Amino acid sequence: MKITSKLLLSTTAFMLAGVLPATAAWQPQKPIEFVATAGPGGGTDNLARAVQSIVTKYKLTDQPIVVVNKGGGSGAEGYVYGKASAGDPYKVIFGTSNAWQQPLVSKVAFNYTDLTPIAAMAQDEFLLWVKQDAPYKTAGDFLKAAAATEFKMGGAQSKDTDEVLTRMIEKAARIKFTYIPFKSGAEAAVQLAGGHIDAHVNNPSESLGQWRGSTQRPLCAFSPKRLPQGPKVTTSEGWSDVPTCVEQGLAISQYEQPRTVWLPGKVSPEQAAFYVDLLKKVQATPEWKDYIEKTSQVDTFLTGAAFDNFIKQDLEHVKQVAGEQGWLVK
Amino acid sequence: MENLQSLLHGFTIAVTVPHLTLMVIGVLLGILVGVLPGLGAPNGVSLLLPLTFGMQPVSAIILLSSMYWGALFGGSVTSILFNIPGEPSSVATTFDGYPMARDGRPTTALATAFGSAAFGALVGVILITFLASWVAQVALAFGPPEYFAVYFLAFASFVGMGGAAPIKTVVALAIGFAIAAIGIDTVSGSVRLTMGIDELVKGVSFVVAVMGLFGIGELLIAVEEEFQARAVSSRVDWKEVFRALGRLPQHGIALLRSAAIGCWMGITPGGPTAASFMSYGIAKRFSRNGARFGTGEAEGIVAPETADHAAGTSALLPMLSLGIPGSATAAVMMGGLMIWGLNPGPMLFVDQKDFVWGLIASMYVGNIVAVALVLLTVPVFAALMRIPFAVIAPLIVIICVVGAYSVSNSYLDVVLMLGFGVVGYLFKKLHYPLAPLVLAIVIGDKAEDAFRQAMLMSKGSLGIFFANRLVTTLVLAGMTLLLLPLALQIVRLLRKSDEAAGEKVRII
Repeated sequence: MKITSKLLLSTTAFMLAGVLPATAAWQPQKPIEFVATAGPGGGTDNLARAVQSIVTKYKLTDQPIVVVNKGGGSGAEGYVYGKASAGDPYKVIFGTSNAWQQPLVSKVAFNYTDLTPIAAMAQDEFLLWVKQDAPYKTAGDFLKAAAATEFKMGGAQSKDTDEVLTRMIEKAARIKFTYIPFKSGAEAAVQLAGGHIDAHVNNPSESLGQWRGSTQRPLCAFSPKRLPQGPKVTTSEGWSDVPTCVEQGLAISQYEQPRTVWLPGKVSPEQAAFYVDLLKKVQATPEWKDYIEKTSQVDTFLTGAAFDNFIKQDLEHVKQVAGEQGWLVK
Repeated sequence: MENLQSLLHGFTIAVTVPHLTLMVIGVLLGILVGVLPGLGAPNGVSLLLPLTFGMQPVSAIILLSSMYWGALFGGSVTSILFNIPGEPSSVATTFDGYPMARDGRPTTALATAFGSAAFGALVGVILITFLASWVAQVALAFGPPEYFAVYFLAFASFVGMGGAAPIKTVVALAIGFAIAAIGIDTVSGSVRLTMGIDELVKGVSFVVAVMGLFGIGELLIAVEEEFQARAVSSRVDWKEVFRALGRLPQHGIALLRSAAIGCWMGITPGGPTAASFMSYGIAKRFSRNGARFGTGEAEGIVAPETADHAAGTSALLPMLSLGIPGSATAAVMMGGLMIWGLNPGPMLFVDQKDFVWGLIASMYVGNIVAVALVLLTVPVFAALMRIPFAVIAPLIVIICVVGAYSVSNSYLDVVLMLGFGVVGYLFKKLHYPLAPLVLAIVIGDKAEDAFRQAMLMSKGSLGIFFANRLVTTLVLAGMTLLLLPLALQIVRLLRKSDEAAGEKVRII
């Protein structure tokens, strides 16, 4: 027995020594699965596929990567899958703030604490959009009109980011909206173009084409400062020309949706560190910059304590809104 | 005229050696994923997507759309030969395609399906070419009440559709709605009907349901009833391919009507699945041979196939011009467009002329390539029918099990699929119709969402379904289709009871 264990020990030590000169202590030994908690074509899916193509192009790992979509139940399918894969470092889950918001408001069989947080990369901004030929020029005009008649506000899903923001606007401006949930932001955008709803709070990429095509325009951005200057969207305006909502008298200074990356629970710190490192490398490539610009997102990278803090703050905030609306599940 | 010029310019982009090669590759891959159940066009296209990142956008979309055409064609093959629909939209093809193939005419069934599919696709492309801007406007007029009215129309065309008792159709619809409700509800955000099984939060996949209901269900019936009679002696006959194609013009009215239904459903995002079902339902009601539908009637293949492809093709139009995908595959392609740096939406036609018209031209060429390739494969596929039942039956079980598992790598799906097999068997035995059940599973939750969104908008007033001309027309058309069989039955009953009453009088 003793001899065997000694032999094993020394073999392990030998193997470790062989691996150590590499950048991380742990390296994947079999194919990696990227789980997008959204259907094909959505923002989360695009992120997973963008990371996949960059990792493959720069050979950041020797192992092949496959992207699978588990977007059922507003993403719950993917998170539940992550929970069930506890201890498996070959499943990387791509999601949004859904991971901690969804368990608050619906009886899903997971919580974000079942997963190992890796990073938040890229933040999607929110804007207030109206139909191109709507009479209001500023958010102030819009709110005044909304106070007179109850407006129809569209958004993606129920009790999710879009509705939370809608309820925050209601509170800040002391008005009332009828919120109509659609399957996705893209659907809400088409409904606005057709004049079936009065406004929505889509991310830039969800309504970019509609703005260029002059069917709808942004009134203000829910951001502490104006969005970064990119190429012009219409002939005269770009994202940086959109005023912030605070400038226009709507006191919501910041509202963002992070794109989050997770491992299943019970993985070792070395395994988590490998993926943090991998994503950092991805973020340093020109292809990543290109992806960020094309999808009009904001480049960020939160990991470790900073990410934990972000989650805690956001959670407090959503809890408050959800509590006021009576959404919290027992 | 301007469109025609742009189209000709598009042809100079599409008809080049590299692009034709891409089309052939795309179509062949598409046929493959279409034939393998559980894979399907949306998965196939998303698997291929990463390969296209380095390509020119126009080459990439030609590859992906060719794969889409191939998959649409391939999806019909297993529906006809084994009663296993590879795609949601080819379920309706099984109703007459499978009986015809089992009857010893698989070549005829396949050739008829492919021929009418090609016709549908052609009508769809012509529509895109000449009415793009008009069509985009029509689609914008569709809000939640209009969506619901379209789905209502699709359901209405099925209730009371001969064969089964209307009450049994309603029961089947109701069970379908209940299955569609499983998972997270869009409007309230809460979890429904998961019965404590966490995994059910994702809902019941259509593919899982259909493979059980049709594939396994049919197998159980076959085992019970005609174990010996199943091996079909079909000679591989090239001439029959052309003869079947030559007979298509006889179904001229069905072809035109189905193409119209398909285009309409593709544009008003009802989608190819609703289109094929509705087309089959309406054909059955209005065709002279309506009573023989379900026994291997050619028109019963023509109607769903034409509508399916017309809808599948025209579903790309709202994606390009509005940024709203008309089908699951279109949704994946739209993701691709964004990654290639193009923004689907009204400006695409102005900013990216080469891309748009290259794609439209490739639809003409790609569909011709797809038909040619797929017709070549007919004898090969038809030959599969000669394999004895004892060999093919276990193969069907394997295909269904693997297909169900591969939907989302979940063992629960396999169990569900087998459960659906038993349901399918019971439905057949008790003479309940499967089609309304499937239709409700596929578009039940969409119809429910649309209805509840409309109710939110109107604060609970049903008046919203009569608020404008478009929605009123749709609702009235649906009501007519729904009540027509009932009215006919009442008239018939009244006549009978008149006679009966007369008799009674005499007796008394």
